[in-house]
Amino acid sequence: MIPELGQFALALALMAALVQSVLPIWGAARGNTVWMASGQATAVVQAVLLIFAFGALMHAYIVSDFTVLNVVENSHSLKPMIYKVAGTWGNHEGSLLLWVLILAVFGAAVAVMASNIPMALKARTLSVQAWISVGFLSFMILTSNPFERVFPPPLDGNDLNPLLQDFGLAIHPPLLYIGYVGFSIVFSFAVAALIEGRVDPAWARWVRPWTLAAWMALTGGIALGSWWAYYELGWGGWWFWDPVENVSFMPWLAGTALLHSAIVTEKRDTFKAWTILLAILTFSLSLLGTFIVRSGLLTSVHAFAVDPERGVYILGLLGVSILGSLALFAWRAPAMEGGGLFAPISREAGLLINNLLIATATATVLFGTLYPLFLEAITGDKISVGPPFFNAAFIPITLPLIIVMGIGPHLSWKRADLPGVLARLKWLGVIVLVATLVAAWFAEGGPLLAVISMGIAFWLIGATAQDWARRAKLLEPGAWARIKRQPRASHGMSMAHLGLGVLMMGAIGASAWKSDTVSFAEPGTVVPIAGFEVEFVEVNQVRGPNYIAQIATLNVTKDGDFVTQLFPERRVYPVAGSTTTESDIRQTLAGDLYVSITEPASDRAEGLWTLRLIYEPLVNFLWLGSVMLVLGGALSLSDRRLRVGAPRRAAPVHATPAE
Amino acid sequence: MNRLFFALPLVVAAIIGAFALWGLSNGRDPGAIPSALISQPVPEFTLDPIEGVPTPGLATADLKGQGLTLVNVFASWCGPCRAEHPVLTRMSEQQGLRLVGINYKDRPEAAADWLEELGNPYALIGADFTGRAGIEWGVTGVPETFIVNNAGIVVHRFPGPVVGDGQRRFQQALDTAKAAQ
Repeated sequence: MIPELGQFALALALMAALVQSVLPIWGAARGNTVWMASGQATAVVQAVLLIFAFGALMHAYIVSDFTVLNVVENSHSLKPMIYKVAGTWGNHEGSLLLWVLILAVFGAAVAVMASNIPMALKARTLSVQAWISVGFLSFMILTSNPFERVFPPPLDGNDLNPLLQDFGLAIHPPLLYIGYVGFSIVFSFAVAALIEGRVDPAWARWVRPWTLAAWMALTGGIALGSWWAYYELGWGGWWFWDPVENVSFMPWLAGTALLHSAIVTEKRDTFKAWTILLAILTFSLSLLGTFIVRSGLLTSVHAFAVDPERGVYILGLLGVSILGSLALFAWRAPAMEGGGLFAPISREAGLLINNLLIATATATVLFGTLYPLFLEAITGDKISVGPPFFNAAFIPITLPLIIVMGIGPHLSWKRADLPGVLARLKWLGVIVLVATLVAAWFAEGGPLLAVISMGIAFWLIGATAQDWARRAKLLEPGAWARIKRQPRASHGMSMAHLGLGVLMMGAIGASAWKSDTVSFAEPGTVVPIAGFEVEFVEVNQVRGPNYIAQIATLNVTKDGDFVTQLFPERRVYPVAGSTTTESDIRQTLAGDLYVSITEPASDRAEGLWTLRLIYEPLVNFLWLGSVMLVLGGALSLSDRRLRVGAPRRAAPVHATPAE
Repeated sequence: MNRLFFALPLVVAAIIGAFALWGLSNGRDPGAIPSALISQPVPEFTLDPIEGVPTPGLATADLKGQGLTLVNVFASWCGPCRAEHPVLTRMSEQQGLRLVGINYKDRPEAAADWLEELGNPYALIGADFTGRAGIEWGVTGVPETFIVNNAGIVVHRFPGPVVGDGQRRFQQALDTAKAAQ
């Protein structure tokens, strides 16, 4: 009964979306306030219905209702409860339902929370949001019904796939989805503005909190996925340039560009068409992500079950929404430019360079991801594009970006004094150069590109810190009061920029100076790694509650001085008949020393152990930097201007001096 | 000119869309990417046996100087593996081929039950619980089967189940490898 109610709720939600896709926008065109206001009601109704439908599906998973096909295919009565719950969105149909649910919740949030937005713009935005809802709800009901019944019901479900039973996997997709789908609101705002033919600073300010929220969720989702791959899967890496990673990275890059270009629209009333285009592209890339994962268009370790029929339907949806919005852009945007003029050296110009470089980086990743498809279509050759291409193409674009990023916040709006700024930064330049040389000396050389990149990361951190200290006049009395008085958005910017510098240090350290050895060891064997000497002392057998463990004792020394002892284990569970390898990690800010032991399979290595040692320098800076990025976003989001709301449209917008 | 400039994103998106439509419509198999390992030595790896299965484990050294060897990546949770299992069993028996397995991200007891139920045609099986060896081999999904020659060089990668048309294509690759031996 409950699954049928869930399906009924889906159908009703589609009805509500259909009404919402027509009535409010028509009302906005004809000035009918009742029709416009109807959008708020239908948006809330839609969200409530979809929450119910999602709850119904989750219920079917929790009670293991094997009359529902989706549960049969993706669950098992013996699964731990948390993975039964997570199973709700761990498959095509369920994840699509989650996608539509988040879409509707964002729509309802705009309907309820955004009370300062003019009625017509809000009505149009809600209608555009409903167009997306109609597309995906109909797709779900027609091709991917999560509530389909099966008769006769089987005794138990099919899936106990150990791959999918992981906590990281349970929470990483919903976060990514909030990010992807969050950009739908920005998209709807952009399309509504194009229909209205009006983009101004007030518009940019209304859109900003939604962009920030989506960007934070996407940042968190990507970082979590990477963390999970590194620690839980033991893949020995944190980023693989896999197509599915790329399709989450592209909306992140475009969304980052959008955040920055919207600032210029807000403060200086320019970059309008560009901001609108970025809003459309960011969501288009999110849609592309959803599409690529589900269609089997590209190969990846992450792909869902492939069904070309569904692929064509999603492609049709994408075609209508992306091409439609871009056609609208081509038609309406040319009339939009104008606004504040600026000199070639100014904050605006800095942000323009930022945007051009991020856009180029996004295009590079897009090209690399789709290149196998292009090549196969034209020449029939099948290739896969791997990390070498992305590293070679992506890094040269990002390094100048980071250099400019350090200078940008020092520039003032309209016309900046570049010689003055450079004079201010010259001592920093000297300090960064010395610090880089010292770091290179400590690391005993390394690839030149890595040393230069590290220097650029130092530069970003130093320049950001100096900018923050200068604004707060840190050395003069009353600094604390000044810090508190400054808009939180400007602290957020400093925090996020620092975070990126820290993240960059982690990325460079863990890629360029990583060491990895596998060797056969017996008591007394000493293996050197990354300046440490790891001595394999002994193996002891220890009885655990339900397992027998063989625990190796490893003495780690550096230049003869004792550092630590590590105890990697190998556990045998006699009842379950399984073995597990429990690695041990010495986690410090300087780097992770990761050790694991296994019994070698080869007969020639009788009595020996396979000892795997990995040293990942600075890898924890990655997670620290990611947290700082999200925190920076949160600080910006909590800014008073966004909480209190923007001024009315007619009022002139004053440029705030510091940002 | 200005208007054309604003239409540029539309044109680019339409071109990408056309390629995507082509990619979906002609029944192509995106998994059929030749592996970067082709003509390369087998990657370095050492895998323990599956707990509770008497078949010994698998390591790099086991793939050198042993004639033509089929390396089959399988898992008990994978449906197509079940489908290709009898085909591979028959193939190795009738053509006198050495068949070894990599048990990919599987629970030992499930793998043991699976082999118990369907039979165990593998001379050696490495248990790749963490999927690390799968990364070394560039495995993008299960099942996958590699053909390794006497010198320990990977001569072919076959993604997907060896059944039906796949079996025919796999046999072609196998015949080529035999002829080159």
